[in-house]
Amino acid sequence: MQYQSQSVAKPYFIAAIGLFIGQIIFGAILGLQYVMGDFLFPEIPFNVARMVHTNLLIVWLLFGFMGAAYYMVPEETETELYSPRLAMILFWVFLVAGALTIIGYLSVPYATLASLTGNDLLPTMGREFLEQPTITKIGIVIVALGMLFNITMTALKGRKTAIIMVLLLGLWGLAIFFLFSFYNPENLVLDKIFWWWVVHLWVEGVWELILGSILAFILIKLTGVDREIIEKWLYVIIAMSLISGIIGTGHHYFWIGTPEYWQWWGSIFSAIEPIPFFMMVIFAFNMVNKRKREHPNKAAMLWAMGTPVMAFLGAGVWGFMHTLAPVNYYTHGTQITAAHGHMAFYGAYVMVVLAIISYAMPLMRGRAAANSKSSQVVEMWSFWLMTVSMVFITLFLTGAGILQVWLQRINENPMGFMEVQDKISIFYWMREVSGLIFLAGLILYVISFFVGGNEENS
Amino acid sequence: MSEKFTKSMARNIFYGGSAFFFLFFIALTFDTTARLPERDHRENMSEQVVLGKKVWEVNNCIGCHTLLGEGAYFAPELGNVYKRFGNSKEAIIAFIKSRPVEGIKGRRSMPQFNLNDEELDAIAEFLKWSSEINTENWPPNIQG
Repeated sequence: MQYQSQSVAKPYFIAAIGLFIGQIIFGAILGLQYVMGDFLFPEIPFNVARMVHTNLLIVWLLFGFMGAAYYMVPEETETELYSPRLAMILFWVFLVAGALTIIGYLSVPYATLASLTGNDLLPTMGREFLEQPTITKIGIVIVALGMLFNITMTALKGRKTAIIMVLLLGLWGLAIFFLFSFYNPENLVLDKIFWWWVVHLWVEGVWELILGSILAFILIKLTGVDREIIEKWLYVIIAMSLISGIIGTGHHYFWIGTPEYWQWWGSIFSAIEPIPFFMMVIFAFNMVNKRKREHPNKAAMLWAMGTPVMAFLGAGVWGFMHTLAPVNYYTHGTQITAAHGHMAFYGAYVMVVLAIISYAMPLMRGRAAANSKSSQVVEMWSFWLMTVSMVFITLFLTGAGILQVWLQRINENPMGFMEVQDKISIFYWMREVSGLIFLAGLILYVISFFVGGNEENS
Repeated sequence: MSEKFTKSMARNIFYGGSAFFFLFFIALTFDTTARLPERDHRENMSEQVVLGKKVWEVNNCIGCHTLLGEGAYFAPELGNVYKRFGNSKEAIIAFIKSRPVEGIKGRRSMPQFNLNDEELDAIAEFLKWSSEINTENWPPNIQG
C-alpha cells in the first residue's frame, strides 16, 4: 500500500464480505422454498427472502466497487484521497441505511414498510431489484454522489490514467442511471422500458466499465506488463461492451408492449455482446503470458483469471443462448433466465470484487505482498468450491428451464405452471445441494483470512 | 495488438462509439414512446388500473410472479392471468381472497394480503388491462 488513505477501502471490503454471507444464506433459504414450499411460511415468504437475496447482492457489490475505487484512485492518481474522513462517514451511512432496509424487509409486511416510509409521496417501491424504500434510494444517491465528489476531486489533483478515467466514468454512470429508479410512471409499459435503464444499463453497460478498470488495475500490478498495452486493451474491450450493450437493451424490449423492431435491434446487438467478454479472456491470459514478474499473490491471480472466464461463460455464452428473439419467445421468464443471471453475476461482478479484495486486503493488513502460502491455499480452495458449485447451480437451473419450456410452452398439451414445477423438482433439489456447497466454499473463504503462517515477500 | 493501433485510437473508438450508440438508443426510445399509445391502450387506464398497479407494487407481487415475463420465477405468469381465468375478474378476486393465512402444508402458497374490496377490484382491473397490451403474442400459450 503506497498511500495511507487507501486504507479506507478496508471497512468497505469487510462489509462487502459480511453482506455476501447474508446473501448466500438467503439464497439457500430460497432454494429450499423451491422444493419445500411452506419452509418459513408465513414468517419469511419467498418474495421477502428473494428481495433480501438480490438487494444484499447489489449492496455488497456496491460496497466492493466503492472499496475498489478508494483503493485504486490514490495509487493510480499518485496522491492521497481528497477526504478519507468523508469516505468513512459515507461508509457508516451506507451500512446503517442498508441494514435498516434489510431489517425493514424482514420485520414488517412490505405494504406496511411502504406506508411507513412514505411511498405515497414518491412511489418507487415494488419493482424488481428496486424494492428499496424511496428514502433508502435517496440515501444511495447521497452516498454515491459523496463518493464521486471525493474520488473526482482526488483525480483532478493527480495523475489521470486511462484506468481512472474509465473507473470514474463507470461510477458516474452508475449514479446517473440509478436516477431512473425514481421515475415510476403509472403506465406499466413505460415503467418497464425505463426500469431497464437502471437494470440493463447498469449490468450490461456502466458496470462493465468498472469491471474492466478493476481487472486492468489488478493485471498491471500482478503481471508488471506495460501500462500502455493494458490500457489499450481496456479501451477496446469497453468500446465493444458499450457499442453492443447499449442497443443490446433491446433484448428486453421483445415482449413488454414495445414495437416489433426491437426484436431485430435487440437480437443483432446482443449477439455481439459475448465478444467483449471473449476479448477479456484473451486479454487476461495474454498479459499473464507476457508477465514481467512472478507476483507471490497466487490467489489474487486465480481470481483475476477466473473473472473473465466465468464472465464469458455466464454473461456471454449463457446470455447468447436465449437472447435471439425467436428463442427468447419460448425461454423468456423461465429458469433459463435464472441460470444466466446466477452465473453472469458471479462471473462478472462477484469474482472481480473478490479479485481486488484478494489483491488489496493483504497489503492493507500490513503484509509485504501477499498472505502466507497456507492462507492462499485455503482461499484457492474456496475459489474452486464456489466456482464449480456455481457452474452446477447454472447447469441444474438450465436443465430445469429446458424442461419447463418444453412442458409448459412447446408441448402439444401444455401443462400449467405449478404442475410443471412439481415435475422438475429434482433439478431444484440438485441446485440446492450445489448452493450449500457454495455456502461451504464461502465459509472457507472467510476462514482464509484467519489462517496465519509466514507471509510471502515480493 | 499491433503497434500501429495506438491507445489513443482505441480511446477514440470507445468515446465515439459509445456516444453514437447512446444517441441512437435515445432516438429509438423516442420513437418507441411515440408508438406506444396504440400498443398499450392507455385510453383504458382507469383510476382502478392506476390503483391496481400501486397495489401490485406495495405488496411486492413481482417477488414471486412474472408480469410479461419479468420478475421472479416462483409463481405463475400474470400478464395473461385474466385470460387464463376465463376472462373473469371475479375468479382473480376469489383466488386472492381465499389464500390460507398459514399456507398449504408442504406446498408453495400465496400469502394472505388482506386486501379490501376496492384494492381487490383494482388489482383485477390492472391485470385485465395488462392482458390487453400488445406483446407480440407472448406468452406462447395460455399457460404463460
